Amino acid sequence: MKIEQVFAKYFGQIPKNKGRNSQVKKIEINPITRLEGHGKIAIFLDDNGNVDDAFFQVVEFRGYEKFLQGMPMEEVPRTVSTVCGVCRGVHFTASMKAMDQIFGVEPTPTARKLREIYFMSHYIEDHAAILYALGLPDFVVGPEADPAVRNVVGLIQTVGAETGKAVLNKRRLAVKIFELLGGKPNHPVAALPGGWSKTLSEEERKMVDGWADELIDLGKITLQIFEDIILKNEKYMALVTGDMYKVVVNYMGSVAEDGKIAYYDGLQKVIDLNGNEIGTFRGKEYLDFIAERVLPWSYMKFPYQKKLGDWQGIKEGEGTNLYAVGPLPRLNIVSGMDTPEAQKHFEKYHDTFGAKPVHFVLAYHWARAIEMLSAAERIKELINDPEITSKDNWNKPTQVVGEGVGIIEAPRGTLIHHYVTDDKGIVTNANLIVATTHNNGPINLAIKNAAKHFIKDGKVDEAVLNYVEMAFRPYDLCLACATHTVTGVMPLEMEIYDSEGKLQKKMRNF
Amino acid sequence: MADKIKIAILLAGGCAGCEMSLVDMGDTLVNALEHLEVVFWAPTVADVKYKDLEEMPDQSIDVGFVDGMIRLSEQEHMCKVMRAKCKVLIAYGICAGLGSIPGMSNIHSAEELLKQGYMDTFSTDNPDGVLPQPEYTLDGKYDLTLPKFMSDVRVLDEIVDVDYYIGGCPPHPDFVAKAVQAIIAGNLPPKGSWITSGKAVCDVCKRNPRNKGKNREFVEHVYRTWEKAPEDDRCLLQQGILCFGPFTQGDCNASCLNVNMPCRGCGGPIPGVKDYGARAMSVIGSILGSEEAVKELAEKYPVLAKFYYRYSFAGSLLERKRKAVKGVK
Repeated sequence: MKIEQVFAKYFGQIPKNKGRNSQVKKIEINPITRLEGHGKIAIFLDDNGNVDDAFFQVVEFRGYEKFLQGMPMEEVPRTVSTVCGVCRGVHFTASMKAMDQIFGVEPTPTARKLREIYFMSHYIEDHAAILYALGLPDFVVGPEADPAVRNVVGLIQTVGAETGKAVLNKRRLAVKIFELLGGKPNHPVAALPGGWSKTLSEEERKMVDGWADELIDLGKITLQIFEDIILKNEKYMALVTGDMYKVVVNYMGSVAEDGKIAYYDGLQKVIDLNGNEIGTFRGKEYLDFIAERVLPWSYMKFPYQKKLGDWQGIKEGEGTNLYAVGPLPRLNIVSGMDTPEAQKHFEKYHDTFGAKPVHFVLAYHWARAIEMLSAAERIKELINDPEITSKDNWNKPTQVVGEGVGIIEAPRGTLIHHYVTDDKGIVTNANLIVATTHNNGPINLAIKNAAKHFIKDGKVDEAVLNYVEMAFRPYDLCLACATHTVTGVMPLEMEIYDSEGKLQKKMRNF
Repeated sequence: MADKIKIAILLAGGCAGCEMSLVDMGDTLVNALEHLEVVFWAPTVADVKYKDLEEMPDQSIDVGFVDGMIRLSEQEHMCKVMRAKCKVLIAYGICAGLGSIPGMSNIHSAEELLKQGYMDTFSTDNPDGVLPQPEYTLDGKYDLTLPKFMSDVRVLDEIVDVDYYIGGCPPHPDFVAKAVQAIIAGNLPPKGSWITSGKAVCDVCKRNPRNKGKNREFVEHVYRTWEKAPEDDRCLLQQGILCFGPFTQGDCNASCLNVNMPCRGCGGPIPGVKDYGARAMSVIGSILGSEEAVKELAEKYPVLAKFYYRYSFAGSLLERKRKAVKGVK
């Protein structure tokens, strides 16, 4: 179809489609609670009330890749940060690394370490927010609890106000480190090509050193809660290791030269569903590995691994070329963590599940808690580095190279920012592939699997819907990021249609 | 409990950074909750329902906060509901006030934005030129619907009357705390105002020559931030590193300047300024002291609208006029 026709169809009047299949009933869960962004789940039932198919749709789009064009590259990090205010450090960091390449410079050792401390502080506050506000309430308060208490307030009531307050206050220290180094508590500004505009005084260093101890505590407390609430609960572990929350796909993540975890910078590694290496890449080579398919029913594109063949649709198991990113894939890919306490938990994690790679979606939460501890330990190391208070914070650029690809491991997974500029460093083209987009296929599969397991004979109630939602919550999908669009945890709508396509029941929670 | 001030918070089309500023208040928020009752905070934080807000009596909420710009019909609807339910309505953060970064998409047509997103990006695989469709039947049997992509970003006061504005991308948690204190104390400015200290970024900036008893000088050369390492404790603007401090609200305490980077205007215009970008153009223009500097400005910032209007394009006078003429709804 020609582009003009597509636009005419898109912006013109669209005739109401009458082709509803009489064999299929439709349930829409729209929008979804407790994730950032706008999404919708459509579940189709067959005549027996069992799930025929299910789709996860993203319903918004903003257009950053276009309107960044015409901007000086050095202005991009502080601008593109606003893709998401929850993932407040990631778009800034990925575009900053692309900016280094645009100007042909590497950061000084001190700048690089300051960037990493700032980035690790984001990891901690973000992983903490996700675990305590989004992921853990399902387990701590209970998956079938009243939605009114199945949230962070209910969680604090369950674990006790003392623990709750300690967690909040410690998380706040991570935000303070972020602000101290980045300039603002959200949407930071301190990026320079080849540098970092803020240096640390000895007083500031001591302060952060003290905070780092508390952040390590936060990681330990979180893993203890995880152990007490989930690992020791047989019913929950049955969920964690059950087939209804299992998605078998390939995985991608960054590794350091020694094969261990790498967040800020590393080699991108892809493994297949049996754990065999598909390949590794850096920078612009991402185009040899990843393509993003556009499907007409979602604003979010569907990436797949080109090395495993052309687009094959949304399927799992042997032969799939879909892949997942994020905490669980990272822990599948790396040989270990680079700090001692996190390494102990990494070993326990893999001992518990046995076979590697781990395909259990709910294990994302555990991996996230381990990473939180690892990020805190990393800050402790870096803040005691003798170079950290050096004033040598900038390799000032002398040229414009004109192209750069910044790849980082964001808390939610691999994030790719690719820019091309003219010879003055003014952006002429931009491409963003974000964590949640990589996971688009696997999320669709996770929802389908859970829906098939929990929805039987047309019976759909609040608890069942939450079990379905639990399938995608571990991915911690950030749809704001994914469509470079608008954030906001979405309320939910479920529509049930009978076999003639008539609306029988509508349940709304927004 | 009856004496508590009832507040409601709605995220329209934003990144949730403004809401994170509330969360980042930490203990201060917990303490403020002795005086405040949050009856609605959606969709980000609580599982409160949109219909619960719709069912509340009109004018039953004391203060409503809306963050984010408006692009979808549902966002427009909920803003109208908020207006009906809230005695005082606040455009909270620069998106709601002036459109912020997403507002820059109004510089491009919807076709341009979609073509880049779904056809021209390097990694896109789209052999048939498919775009997301409002209605689509998959495999001949699954009817799937999407909301239509609207071409224009609007700001809150294009939809409903707004009583107060708070600037910032996002507002600093410490300033949010002050604003909340002002609300609790009933100490609010005349309606239609920005809630602000009234000071410009320069007024609170350690680098301001005026604060050291010196006068401003003309700028002979313009530098992009990567071209010049700023001298310590000297005004960036005076060094030719263009900074929007003179005409931007300083409720952030000059946070960007604290890490040696220039202001880009997320705080919104200081009182008395009707159009942020126009004021930026006039102030920067009048400080350039040579033909050379003017030429450098045009070369170094070729799309000036994305410089001067970075946080205020959608809410600018020209944009409002354009949308009115076009009949944007």
